Amino acid sequence: MRLEGVTKRYDRGVAALGPVDFTVRKGEFVSLLGPSGCGKSTALRIIAGLSEPTAGRVLLAGGGRSIGFVFQEPTLMPWATVRDNVALPLKLSRQRRADIGDQVEVALAQVGLAEFAAAYPRELSGGMKMRASLARALVTDPDVLLMDEPFAALDEITRFRLNNDLLALWRGLRKTVIFVTHSVFESVYLSRRVVVMTPRPGRISAEYCIDTIEPRDENFRTSAEYAAYCRKVSAALSLAMGAHRR
Amino acid sequence: MTASGSFAPADNEPPEEGVRTTPVARMLLPLAVLGASILVWHAIVDLYDIPPYVLPGPGLVAVTLLEDWPILWRSLLTTLLTTVEGFAAAAVGGIGLALLFNQSKWLEQAFLPYAIVLQVTPVIAIAPLLLIYLPQHTAVVVCAWIVAFFPVLSNTTLGLNSVDRGLVGLFQLYGASRLQTLRYLKLPAALPYIFGGLRIAGGLSLIGAVVAEIAAGSAGAGSGLAYRIAESGYRLNIPRMFAALLLLSVAGIVIYMCLATASHLMLRRWHESAIGKES
Repeated sequence: MRLEGVTKRYDRGVAALGPVDFTVRKGEFVSLLGPSGCGKSTALRIIAGLSEPTAGRVLLAGGGRSIGFVFQEPTLMPWATVRDNVALPLKLSRQRRADIGDQVEVALAQVGLAEFAAAYPRELSGGMKMRASLARALVTDPDVLLMDEPFAALDEITRFRLNNDLLALWRGLRKTVIFVTHSVFESVYLSRRVVVMTPRPGRISAEYCIDTIEPRDENFRTSAEYAAYCRKVSAALSLAMGAHRR
Repeated sequence: MTASGSFAPADNEPPEEGVRTTPVARMLLPLAVLGASILVWHAIVDLYDIPPYVLPGPGLVAVTLLEDWPILWRSLLTTLLTTVEGFAAAAVGGIGLALLFNQSKWLEQAFLPYAIVLQVTPVIAIAPLLLIYLPQHTAVVVCAWIVAFFPVLSNTTLGLNSVDRGLVGLFQLYGASRLQTLRYLKLPAALPYIFGGLRIAGGLSLIGAVVAEIAAGSAGAGSGLAYRIAESGYRLNIPRMFAALLLLSVAGIVIYMCLATASHLMLRRWHESAIGKES
């Protein structure tokens, strides 16, 4: 997948994003890291086709958009059970009912929610709601998974667990993941590559590859190596912020 | 009790055990007020020896209710039929119109002002005109409809426009058609609002039916409860007036309770309003 000169301006002429050029390889886990309002969510929405770029284009391998999107909020339908929420993308693409059931079970099992299929969203904790949201994004077996600060509203313990589960999922499914976050620690922990963005208009300021022993686990989180990466990325982030201030 | 009482109670509960009302008390308190009122009413009529054509006592009203039951029952059925027809028309019309408006801004801008005009013009003033141009039963139903459809329309419109923006984006992402968005997203999201509108409409359609019956009363052979009230008034049959009024009130309460129950049954699994305080 490639973004070429992608730019977004709002109606009043405010530049929100770009121009941004970057390439994501198939199966790669990339984080877009930047302060709030740097246009990283906008970039994600443009990739998803939810928003049109003012200039530039998004090229996706294979042509068609096969995308799963996890929003900042769980964005579940409160009137539907977890099962029906996860089944929604399949229902909207008019799949046969029998096939839907199987795929939903698989997706729920992947996120560890199989037992809660019949529950309503209000009966779930914040972390479980996010898992349901993740299952819904996975149910269509998309090539690309776009995640927009999905764990930002969760407590740290839940966030760490979901981080690990997401990494395990990624290792198993090898989907291309673009993960938007404002947390240096989260981006370093999760991704193979961290893309640091400047504030308004969002541009790419630096890129870091995180090469470490795989699979990552909690030991990585407390390692000196992790701390060193975090320091480097933090420095790059403050540089990006500083460039904006001048 | 003492152990649990020593802990700080939840925010929304009164601190004292004794202040909290139980479901039984919630049933009994209004009934106690009712009983006391009837007693006072009876005492006043008895004490001052008020003649029945001025103010009949509760006993006489009850007797009249029983004695005139065949007439009153038929009238009640007539009024209820009108109310239900008007309500059904209001529900279908209000929801249907809201859906149309939601699909086309042009339609909304063209017709919404007239819906509002219909709502703000007092139905008592429209009723005589309708009675000239329409058969009596139709005119009465139309009156009930006019009064009742607007809350359904405006509430449904509000509901259809109150959809979570994130979910709208999600439906967009998966290429949902307009019909799919309406069926799987907008309608369920609007359901609590629709029921709110229907609950208001139930009471209003009874009012509309009564108003139209009163207007029609002098014009022809109406036989609804409101007509009975007007007729009894002319004949100074005050006990029957009270009996008919009582039946109308009961009808209104029953309609409201039916709609509230329907709403609760439909929403209890997920909506805050129906989940209540137990969770």
